[in-house]
Amino acid sequence: MRFAARLLPTSIVLSVLLSGVGCTPGSPPGPAPARQAVVTKGSDTMVNLALAWAEAYLEVAPAVEISVTGGGSGTGLAALINATVDLANASRQIKPEEIEEARANGVEPVETVVARDAIAVVVHPANPVDHLTIDQISAIYSGAIGNWKEVGGADRPIVRLSRETNSGTHVYFLEAVVRRGQQDDRTLFAADTLLLPSSEGIAAEIAYNENAIGYDGLGYVTDEMKVVAVGANPAGPFFLPSVETVNLGQYPIARDLYIYSAGRPSPQAGDYLAWILSPPGQALVASLGFVPLRQTP
Amino acid sequence: MTSALRERLVAVAVRVAGISAIALLLVIFFFLIQQGLPALAEVPLPDLIGSRWYPIEGTFGLVPLVLGSLLVTLAATLIAVPLGVATAVFIAEVAPRSVREVLKPFIEVMAGLPSVMLGFLGIAILAPELYHRLRLTTGLTAFTGALLLGWIAIPTIVSVAEDALDAVPRGYRDGALALGANRWQTIWRVTLPAARGGVLTAVMLGIGRAFGETMAVMMVTGNAAVIPRGWGALFQPVRTMTATIAAEMGEVAGGSTHYHVLFLIGILLFLISLAVNLVGASVVFRARTRAERILS
Repeated sequence: MRFAARLLPTSIVLSVLLSGVGCTPGSPPGPAPARQAVVTKGSDTMVNLALAWAEAYLEVAPAVEISVTGGGSGTGLAALINATVDLANASRQIKPEEIEEARANGVEPVETVVARDAIAVVVHPANPVDHLTIDQISAIYSGAIGNWKEVGGADRPIVRLSRETNSGTHVYFLEAVVRRGQQDDRTLFAADTLLLPSSEGIAAEIAYNENAIGYDGLGYVTDEMKVVAVGANPAGPFFLPSVETVNLGQYPIARDLYIYSAGRPSPQAGDYLAWILSPPGQALVASLGFVPLRQTP
Repeated sequence: MTSALRERLVAVAVRVAGISAIALLLVIFFFLIQQGLPALAEVPLPDLIGSRWYPIEGTFGLVPLVLGSLLVTLAATLIAVPLGVATAVFIAEVAPRSVREVLKPFIEVMAGLPSVMLGFLGIAILAPELYHRLRLTTGLTAFTGALLLGWIAIPTIVSVAEDALDAVPRGYRDGALALGANRWQTIWRVTLPAARGGVLTAVMLGIGRAFGETMAVMMVTGNAAVIPRGWGALFQPVRTMTATIAAEMGEVAGGSTHYHVLFLIGILLFLISLAVNLVGASVVFRARTRAERILS
């Protein structure tokens, strides 16, 4: 399932309409009560998470229909601006241009952080390199470093693996790692970086290729990969990605995942958002390999 | 209903079907033009023939994509044409009847294999095998793609070429054998030249299948938009035009420059396959006129 979801071009809408399933047994015959619908759309990174939330929420509020569609963060935000969805899932923050566009359309986007995601840097299990600085990763991906021996590994060429350019993860990695978070930096991925259409493509290549380095969301790390510890300074400390290191702010390559609503959400969308932030909603976040928000007591 | 009326109705139905096929093709072509040509106005020509493809930063160099597609297709053709034509000759001319009756349907079933499945086999088996056996830096290369494309094109070539060979009149072979030609000479000098038009159509269809294939290529060629230089490039990753459209069309905003450039790539694909088919057709046509001259 995950393979198909990641592999198919994102244009193929991953739409799971949970309509009809919400009929509670024993509901009185005759005209059904007006159904309340919440339409959500956006990030492909979050689509599995959003589906899990929608399915679990069906148990909590059977009368509310929640539809989930992928297509990418930009697609979801565009739909929110055009007022065709109630909630937009986004693996990146809304851009100033998008806010302007929304206001011109009479929509005021409201942001809610719903989970966090760590990006793991992965290599072949036999690769002796076990830690890298952000600067080294940036130099590797921009093409300045081309051999593993330059970062303490064997004398082997480096094969760079990346997700496709339409992936929010690609854009995040470019900005936060390759350009080290500097706005005016115009560094690009080296031209010979392999752009793989799926997380599984990266997993399959890392599994056999000792030259390869890749990155992907923590939820997509498998046993056939070795996760590299990442640090800001060459002297250390270096941290492996985990729920703890992300929440303590130690692991440097982590981002927030968002849900945007148009102005104040409708009552049912508001209830849904509140449930997502509650312990049951956040438990699903952890089970899918993302980092739950720290619960404020 | 009189038979004349029925005849007329059938004629009209056939005509409508034929015209609608052409009309549909024209509609597709005009849609491509309409969506793709604005790219020429939005992106200066020197940028389009640049060497870097990085659309999310507005860099639209098409050269690596075009050369990537041509490299993979050429290599696939070199693999598929000799094997495909040889297999067709074997089935049509050499194999005993019982073997032929098993092989022909088997190959036609192979032609219907979904290419995603082949791509999956490519990722799971072919790429690691090539990496270990040929000591490559990665198994995701143009060559891996060419092998898969060759595999995809072979059944098409075999099926069509075998039909063409089968249609050569029995008398040609009998005549050649009666004149003292051995079996190989009969195949190479008489049967194959007589079926030339059909065999060439088979080759064109095979090349077209390879050139337009998307999914398998996207999964195994690595999709790095580098300009292939020299024969070594065959064992490096490449990015094809079809894979680029498939990978990027999903998330691109409608009406943006990137969207128009992707349609421009579609126009280029259309034009290149048109050129291949025109060249093929002209060769077939010339062959026929020469044969007619000899016969007259």
